[in-house]
Amino acid sequence: MVTTALDSRLAVAREVAASVCDPEVPVLTIADLGVLRDVRVDADDPTRAVVTITPTYSGCPAMDAIRDDLVLALTDAGFEHVEVRTVLSPAWTTDWMTDAAKQKLREFGIAPPTGRAAARGPIRVALGVKCPRCGSLDTREVSRFGSTSCKALFECRSCLEPFDWFKVH
Amino acid sequence: MSGQTPTTAAGSGRKTDFGADEVRPEVGNPPQTSDAAPDVDLHGEVTVDQIALAAELAGEGGRAASAEIAEYALWLGDDALILSQQLGYWIARAPELEEDVALANIALDLLGHARSLLHYAGSYDGRSEDDLAYWRDERDFRCAWLFQQPNGDFAHTIARQLAASAYWFELYGALRASTDPTLAAIADKALKEVDYHRDHAVQWTLRLAGGTDESRRRMIRAIGDMWPYVDELFRDEPLTDGLADEGVAVRPSSLRAGFDEVIAEVFAEAELDVPDPNAKGAFVSAGGGRHGRHFSALGHLLAEMQVLARQHPGATW
Repeated sequence: MVTTALDSRLAVAREVAASVCDPEVPVLTIADLGVLRDVRVDADDPTRAVVTITPTYSGCPAMDAIRDDLVLALTDAGFEHVEVRTVLSPAWTTDWMTDAAKQKLREFGIAPPTGRAAARGPIRVALGVKCPRCGSLDTREVSRFGSTSCKALFECRSCLEPFDWFKVH
Repeated sequence: MSGQTPTTAAGSGRKTDFGADEVRPEVGNPPQTSDAAPDVDLHGEVTVDQIALAAELAGEGGRAASAEIAEYALWLGDDALILSQQLGYWIARAPELEEDVALANIALDLLGHARSLLHYAGSYDGRSEDDLAYWRDERDFRCAWLFQQPNGDFAHTIARQLAASAYWFELYGALRASTDPTLAAIADKALKEVDYHRDHAVQWTLRLAGGTDESRRRMIRAIGDMWPYVDELFRDEPLTDGLADEGVAVRPSSLRAGFDEVIAEVFAEAELDVPDPNAKGAFVSAGGGRHGRHFSALGHLLAEMQVLARQHPGATW
């Protein structure tokens, strides 16, 4: 019975943690992004939750907000002690982003990462970036850096709209 | 400055000087978790005092295993911190808005590396990353001279960025294999970022060298001005020799060939000459940053970086 209660608290903790959104890209949850790495509930004290997250980029200032949001959300869900741990290893990659997350990004107006970081070797092939508004592949990079560490700025030559592209990393 | 008492973690401002020509002081304090006031906004009744950000950033949350490892992390952390601070100057001053954003993004990544490395360095004797960034004086910093070179014009900043990111790419690539798991994790994370920074610097080097007569003239001048400070990055020290034997650190001299290869390729493409240190008027800087001897610009840079923290100890917003 104890195990069952623990399992149910763990399920709650996982669901609550996975529902926390990224403050910069609010259509994505931290689970969608691959930022959420692990959720545990203490077997001896089921009011204690330990959540492990990893930053997208080393200096990402959103980590503070994500940590606060996790503490708030889990406290609301009845956990009295919430510990948020940050790990750097394994290093975050856009390869962890789910297909559903990429679809959500596209609908939000951000072009999702194209191709896989893991496949990148010394020879870089720039895959076409599709405009999230009109779908055209006739786009160009305006700046390799964008509004957040994880994005670059693009422009669509068909519909003339600027848009963010989530960099392959 | 010395008359002020910092209000953050214990041991603030305590000086340690591990210069090779000086006696290493005993590190007296046992390790301790950061009990500094949390640097986060407190939401209502929720307290987050157990999870102060600094305590997490080392990745594995461990304490540096020895004074030597902590010192090595300090060297690398100071390099990243000082270049990050320098790049911040360009925000709202770069040649175009996109470049403001680019240099700010690079500075942010470097600040992330600095925070991880300085947190780890401070874990050995109970100092926080803020203690190390804001409460050490000039001679307690351990950054190499390249990172202390003034921003100059945009070409100078790009030349410095090219040398720095090409060096870091080699360093972090090798440091991933460190036997110290925290250094390996920090390096693995940083490598992908400095790869992107290096690409940015390469693109600008090609663009400036192949642009107008004026942009080419400035790029050549900038490379000539920055290259005397490249040599120091690859000098072995007793500390790195000792740690490299243990598999913890990377011997700086071992990175030189990889660096030279990349630079030769870029300069060939840009039709630039690699500066010859034996040419008339050329020189190789004595450096000395790893021993606390610094370029004249560092003191001014630190004054600006540290003034707020020292005038208002413990201030948050």
